[in-house]
Amino acid sequence: MGLIEGGRPVRKEQDKPILTIPGEPETAVSATAAHRASLVGINDALADKGFITTTTDDLINWARTGSLMWMTFGLACCAVEMMQAAMPRYDMERFGFAPRASPRQSDVIIVAGTLTNKMAPAIRKVYDQMPDPKWVISMGSCANGGGYYHYSYSVVRGCDRVLPVDIYVPGCPPSAEALMYGILLLQRKIRRTGTIER
Amino acid sequence: MAMMTEDELRDLGEHVAASLGDAVSDVRVVHGQLQMVADAARIREVLRFLRDDASCRFVCFTDICGVDYPQREKRFEVVYHLLSPYINARVRVKAPVGEGETIPSVIEVFPGAEWFEREVYDMYGVFFTDHPDLRRILTDYGFNGHPLRKDFPVTGFVEVRYDEDRKRVIYEPVNLQQAWREFDFASPWKGEPAVLPGDEKAQAQGQVQEKAEDEGAAS
Repeated sequence: MGLIEGGRPVRKEQDKPILTIPGEPETAVSATAAHRASLVGINDALADKGFITTTTDDLINWARTGSLMWMTFGLACCAVEMMQAAMPRYDMERFGFAPRASPRQSDVIIVAGTLTNKMAPAIRKVYDQMPDPKWVISMGSCANGGGYYHYSYSVVRGCDRVLPVDIYVPGCPPSAEALMYGILLLQRKIRRTGTIER
Repeated sequence: MAMMTEDELRDLGEHVAASLGDAVSDVRVVHGQLQMVADAARIREVLRFLRDDASCRFVCFTDICGVDYPQREKRFEVVYHLLSPYINARVRVKAPVGEGETIPSVIEVFPGAEWFEREVYDMYGVFFTDHPDLRRILTDYGFNGHPLRKDFPVTGFVEVRYDEDRKRVIYEPVNLQQAWREFDFASPWKGEPAVLPGDEKAQAQGQVQEKAEDEGAAS
């Protein structure tokens, strides 16, 4: 799909648009196929008419899920897996999920690692500086509930004591795939619960 | 350069002990490294000698750490680790310090000691005299206590959470949602006794022997 040869879109047999009726469940169609079908439908509409119509909800959710800038908050070894997910092998940027070094320009904060008491006011300050709408991914056992350091004198027993967490990614550390899955779940959550006002 | 052999290390230790006199005691080779116990008040003199002496030249300052031995009269031990790249050897200098006592700072001998001394102060509460900036280095601002002392509770005294009303992170006394659990069931002195099939025979024999010994002692 999308290959252009001599000015005409070239399509293979399996890329044929699957006709769907709005509001009807697509039980027989896999998510990937349905997604591809919707993209092909949009492509055709653009080619035929030059414009598409949609709801603002869909448009806003599409824009939000497709350009989630994340605030890097690497605190420990989980940060290495977070970097790994951003590197070419997993390449989170293909979902528009791009790292951003400033909280004022980011939508998601990934808490990757052990959150200590000393760091807690700082992470809350970073979170408060992020513009709405904003989401939090808690990555790894330590951020989820203290993990290995649950009984320690210096560790916060879960970063949800300090921030409202949307997605918990389990693991110690979670693999890059697990983090990717968490990101896809966050996108699904945004699509499901998305409103203009949060 | 090859590592120094135990004999060479022992010779070096004799040289150090002869040169420093009362300042060091118990000079031995432990785990393939030279080890000595130094008089805390004369620690600067000891380290300066180890750094400057032609046959030592322990110029590389590796670490300071602390140890807490609650059962000892002098409760804490400050341990200095030095490396000599000239003779490819390391040395461990232990200085016992009692609770409430002080030990001279060695910053004038090794400037790199500054943060290590702050760390030992933070973790054990050992005071270093003539330290220019003896603050806590690792623990939280306003932290209470010295966490690596044996009598410090592992979960500490305070925990943090965000307060929605006050819009800031606040400190509260520790309230564990999940009680402390000991997971080391395999350890012989914790948890359930690990009884293997056939153990009862050995234990029965042991009891008989103990009984015999008891009787022997009584008569």
